[in-house]
Amino acid sequence: MRTWLNRQRLLIEYTVAALGRRRARSLGLLLTYTAVVFVLASVMLFTHALRQEAARVLAHSPEVVLQHLVAGRHALIPADYLERIPRQRGVREMTPRLWGYFYDPVVQANYTFMATADAPPPGHILIGPAMARARGVAPGNLIAWRAYDGAVHTFTVAGILDAHSELMSADLVLLGEDDFRGFFNYPEGQYTDIAIAVRNPREVRNVATRLSEALPDARLILRDEVLRTYAALFDWRQGIVLAILSGALLAFALLAWDKASGLAAEERREIGILKAIGWETGDVLRMKFWEGALLSGTAFLSGYVLAHVHVFHLHGALFRPVLQGWAVLYPRFALPPEIDPLQVLTLALLTVLPYTVAVLVPCWRAATTDPDAVMRS
Amino acid sequence: MRPAPFRPLPSRPRPASTYVLGVFAALIAAFAATFVDAARLRAERAPHTQASIALTARLGLTDPVLMTEARYLRHPSQADLHAHFQDHPLAFDLFPGGSLLPPPRHAHLAQPSATAD
Amino acid sequence: MSQPLIELREVCKTYNDGQPNAFTAIDGISLALEHGRISALRGPSGSGKTTLLTLLGCLARPTSGRVRIGDEDVSALPERFLTELRRQRFGFVFQQFNLIRGLSARDNVMLPAFPLGQPHAVLSARAQALLERFRLAHRADAPVEWLSGGEQQRVAIARALINDPDILIADEPTANLDTRLAEEFLQLMAELHADGKTIVLTSHDPLVLDSGLMHRIVTLRDGRVVDAQ
Repeated sequence: MRTWLNRQRLLIEYTVAALGRRRARSLGLLLTYTAVVFVLASVMLFTHALRQEAARVLAHSPEVVLQHLVAGRHALIPADYLERIPRQRGVREMTPRLWGYFYDPVVQANYTFMATADAPPPGHILIGPAMARARGVAPGNLIAWRAYDGAVHTFTVAGILDAHSELMSADLVLLGEDDFRGFFNYPEGQYTDIAIAVRNPREVRNVATRLSEALPDARLILRDEVLRTYAALFDWRQGIVLAILSGALLAFALLAWDKASGLAAEERREIGILKAIGWETGDVLRMKFWEGALLSGTAFLSGYVLAHVHVFHLHGALFRPVLQGWAVLYPRFALPPEIDPLQVLTLALLTVLPYTVAVLVPCWRAATTDPDAVMRS
Repeated sequence: MRPAPFRPLPSRPRPASTYVLGVFAALIAAFAATFVDAARLRAERAPHTQASIALTARLGLTDPVLMTEARYLRHPSQADLHAHFQDHPLAFDLFPGGSLLPPPRHAHLAQPSATAD
Repeated sequence: MSQPLIELREVCKTYNDGQPNAFTAIDGISLALEHGRISALRGPSGSGKTTLLTLLGCLARPTSGRVRIGDEDVSALPERFLTELRRQRFGFVFQQFNLIRGLSARDNVMLPAFPLGQPHAVLSARAQALLERFRLAHRADAPVEWLSGGEQQRVAIARALINDPDILIADEPTANLDTRLAEEFLQLMAELHADGKTIVLTSHDPLVLDSGLMHRIVTLRDGRVVDAQ
C-alpha cells in the first residue's frame, strides 16, 4: 500500500514536471477549462435555485386568471363579466385586478403598476426595491411621472417593499385604485383581468372548462400550467447561456483534443525512453491518467467553487447583462441555494472524464510500442 | 557499486507533487465547504421566501421579475396569446431575453379560440 | 567464470516478419558473455550490433532462438516480466543519451526508479550521490538540455545506475564525444568494471576497441558473428 502510494506520488511528480515544461500552455489550458466549468456551473446552480424558489412562490399565485380577448389580443374585462363569473359553479372567489405597465423615460425602465385594496392613501405609492435603486428614491421622496395622456402626476413614496420579496416585487408600483385609474385614464368599471379561486382545487380544470364555455371570448390561465411552463423554462439544459457557450465549448473541446490527442513526436519519444528504462505500459498510462485527472479535476473544483461564490454570494452578477438585456431594472435576489447532487455529479463527469480519456487514449498506442524502438530510431 | 559518500543535500527540493497535491486537497476541501455553505445559506434565506409568498398571495402576482423590457418577458404567463410571435413566427426577438423563452404553451388550455386555427 | 551471465543460442531477429519488407537483422547468433567482463560488439553499420544489443538487454524478444540471463530463459517471458527484469538487472546508456528534455538532471537520474515506489527523498538522495560521483552535483537542478555533451552522457550513466543493476548496456557511447571525453568515458567504464559491473557496448571507435579495456570483442557482419575473440 505504501509502495503503491509512493509510486503514484512519483508518477504525479513526473506529470507535474512534464506539465511544468510548457507552463504557459498548461496554465492557459487550466484557466480556459476552469472558465468553462465556471460558466456551466453558474448557469446550473442559478437556474436550479431560481426554479425551486419560483415554484415555491408561484404555488401561491391565483389558481385561475381570466383575461378577455378581442381579436386574439388581451383586452379590458367588460363589466358584465363581473356578474357572470360568480354564477359559475365551483367559483369560490373572484378578484378583479388592475395592473399595467409604465415606461419611465428618466431611467429608461419599465415598471409594473398595480392597484391594491390595501394601498397607501391617495397620492402615495409603495415601490419595489429594484426600482427604488434605479431611481435612487427613499420613503418620503416625491416622484413625478408624465402619464400616457401627457398630464404630470406626482406621488409620494410611502414605502419600499420588503427586499426579501424582490424576486416578485422588484419593479412594482402599488397604488390605490383611484390613483391607478386617474394615472392611466383607465375606463371606470373595467379591469385588467380577474383572479379566480375555485372551491375544490381538484376541480380547477373542470371549472376552467365551464368558464370558457360560458365566456367564449375569455382566456384562462391555470396556475398548474404556469408552474409547469416555468419548470420547463428554467430547465438547466436550456437557456441562452448554454446556447452561446456551446460554440465556446466546441472550440475548447477542439483545443483540448488537439493538445491531448495530438501526441507530439517529442512526447512519443519520451514514452519510448520511459519504456526502455524500465517503465511498464501501465506506469506510462497511470502517469498520463494523473495528468488528465489532475488538470481536469483542478479545473472542475475551482470552476465549481467560483460558481458557488458567484451565484450565492455575488447574486449571479455576471448574468446581469444576459438577464437584463436592454432593461434597467435588475432584481438582486439572494436565492436559497438548492443543490442537486446528480447535477453536480453530471457536471463533474462531463468535465473530468472526456478530458482524461482524450489524454489517455492516444497515449495507449504509443505506450504499447516495443521498448527497443528507442534504440532503433 | 563503490559506496558513494552520502551527505545530506544542502537544499533538497521539496517534490513538486507536494505542492500540486496540496493545492488539490485544498480545492477538494473548498468544494466540500460549498455544500456546508449552501446548507447554511439555505437555512438563513429560506424564511425570506415567506415575504415573496405573502406578497404573491396578497396581490395575486403571477410572474417573477426576471426581465422587464417587454410585457411578454415581464409576465410571460399573462402575455397575449401570440405575444411570442407578434409579427411573424420566425421573427427574431428584439430583446435577448426573448430567446430564453420557448413559445407559450397556452395552446394546450381549454381554449376554443386558440385551437381554431 | 563458469556460468555465463548472458547466453544466446541460435538467435534470429526478423523485423516485419512475414511481410514483403521482412528484414533479418540477426541471423543465428550463439554467444555467451561472462559475468564481470567488458565486451564490445563491433561491425559496420547495418551489421546488427544495435539489434543484438536490444536482444541482450531484453528490450526486444528474438524471433527464434533462446536468450538466457543468469539461469533464466527470458526469450518467452511476457513483456511485463521483461520490463521488471530490465529494471532490476540492466542499465542503459543510449547513443543519443535519450534524456527527457526539460527535466532537471536529478529528475532524469531518478526516472528508472519511479515505478519501484520508494520514497521521493530516498531516491533524490541516491540520485544526488550518483551525480556527485560523476562530478555533476552542481548541475543537479539544471535542465538537461543546458548540459554539455559530456555532462549529458554522465547523467545518462548515472541514470543507468540508479537501480544498481549488474549489467550496463551502452550503444555507441563515444559516437558523440571528442577524444578527451571519450577517454574520460573509458575511465568511468574501468571504474564500474572495478565495482563488478558487467558491461556490453557497441562501438566502431578504435579509441574504444584498442583501449585494452575490452575483455572481449565480437565482430558482426550481416547479422552473423564473424569473429569472437
